[in-house]
Amino acid sequence: MSVVPLYDPAAEMEIGVTAATAHARATQRRKVDVRDDPAWVRWTIISVSIAFLGIFVVLPLINVFAQAFAKGIAVYVDALTNAETLAAIRLTLAVAATSVVLNGLFGLTAAWAIAKFEFRGKNFLITLVDLPFSVSPVIAGLVFVLLFGLQGLFGPWLAAHDVKIIFAFPGILLATIFVTFPFIVRELIPLMQEQGTEEEEAAVSLGASGLRTFVRVTLPNVKWALLYGVLICNARAMGEFGAVSVVSGHIRGETNTMPLHIEALYEGYQAAPAFAVASLLALLALVTLIVKAVLEKRIPKD
Amino acid sequence: MGVSLLWLSLIVLIPLAALFAKTAELSAAHFIEIITSRRVLHALQLSFALSFAAAAVNLVFGTLVVWALVRYRFPGRRLFDAIVDIPFALPTAVAGIALTNLYAESGWIGSLLAPLGIQVAFTPLGIFVALVFIGLPFVVRTVQPVLEDLEKELEEAAASLGASRWTIFCRVVLPSIVPALLTGFALALARAVGEYGSVIFIAGNLPNVSEIAPLLIVIRLQEFRYADATAIAAVMLVASFLLLFLINTLQRWSEGRTGKRL
Repeated sequence: MSVVPLYDPAAEMEIGVTAATAHARATQRRKVDVRDDPAWVRWTIISVSIAFLGIFVVLPLINVFAQAFAKGIAVYVDALTNAETLAAIRLTLAVAATSVVLNGLFGLTAAWAIAKFEFRGKNFLITLVDLPFSVSPVIAGLVFVLLFGLQGLFGPWLAAHDVKIIFAFPGILLATIFVTFPFIVRELIPLMQEQGTEEEEAAVSLGASGLRTFVRVTLPNVKWALLYGVLICNARAMGEFGAVSVVSGHIRGETNTMPLHIEALYEGYQAAPAFAVASLLALLALVTLIVKAVLEKRIPKD
Repeated sequence: MGVSLLWLSLIVLIPLAALFAKTAELSAAHFIEIITSRRVLHALQLSFALSFAAAAVNLVFGTLVVWALVRYRFPGRRLFDAIVDIPFALPTAVAGIALTNLYAESGWIGSLLAPLGIQVAFTPLGIFVALVFIGLPFVVRTVQPVLEDLEKELEEAAASLGASRWTIFCRVVLPSIVPALLTGFALALARAVGEYGSVIFIAGNLPNVSEIAPLLIVIRLQEFRYADATAIAAVMLVASFLLLFLINTLQRWSEGRTGKRL
């Protein structure tokens, strides 16, 4: 046991030095983010992530374009200007446009009702809106066959009145609307809920009619979110395969949408033309992603 | 209000109710007979097992990807961030033929794997690859906002108390993102179970080997065996409702924990 002197200048200096270095270390540590991982961890995670995305996402995408031009430009142009392809493109555009408009109108009224008014069962309604997300596309098609098909609930009545829904345009449209149902309304609900009713109340108190308030106040407030929803809804509507496949009947040149036309070509051992049509849809996907990135900057984040 | 409810009922509720009404027309014995037939049972098992495996792979790699995207700065980071959304945006039929071509014996990846004796296209392994592709964005996109908002102070406090990086990850970061991780996993699983377009090209579709449940529904419909199609669909629909319920519960849990809606 050593005797500790009452006052030891050397010891005090040492304490002073340790305190100083500790302080220096602390400052240094503040400069170095504690969240920095060691370089080898960082580069391992980055390379594994890039390899994973590269193999599973980038390579298939590049492959679409590579295969589309594998047999030369002439085959590519031929595949796209073929009468059946053009019919498929027309059908796809018509189905997508109609379902976007109908889902847009529904999205606006439903989001308006949910966000601006209080009523019982509101949360339940919000859950129901999401339902089509968790239903298999095949089942989405099947339910309409069960309703309107020949053996379906309304089948005999429709047949007697010569109305064709299944294996025709209305069936394809219904299945597409079902599958794309949540996209627009889902973008609008949170935004409209957050904006509240103050601006509308001000407009109404100044004498604006209900419709005028909606067109001049509510609509401009949600226009970017609406456009975002329309964009995603359109992409999904044009690309939908499973649901449409069940209700379409696969009549070439008549009820084949672009994805179904791709399937028909591919199964018919016409790989290059199939990939040529596929490259159009892949292009649509890329454009959608770019526009989406632009729109995301415009939509106020919570 | 009334209009939106009517529209919702017409497009979503009545059709789904029709499915259950049709199922109810079947006698219990007939229903069980359909569901427990070897081919149906195999298709359901295959769909659920492979979807689970694919979601699990996405859970692991999705965590790595989201960590790299949120925490590190590297050239091309924004590009790779955008690339994550491609499986959402690319139509399933396009993904299906692209993957099939890629993994076929003459394809870019298939020709590399063939000498090793690994066959992906037209086997259950091919289905697995397609399901990993379509489920890829879910984990990344649900975890990303939570990880971005995670307070730096928490980790700094842990570090100042002497915790190692690994300890901090396991004890501070991981618990905060677990609800989001599980939600992403459940979303990927739900999507994979019902997936049709990207799978049927690469699957080979051999009954009792590589035939998924959604395809079996389509086959039964084409054979006009509506009862069979309806019964399989009912089982899958109940499963997806359960998953939806689970996802909702997880989201509420996450909301309670981070105050953020996923």
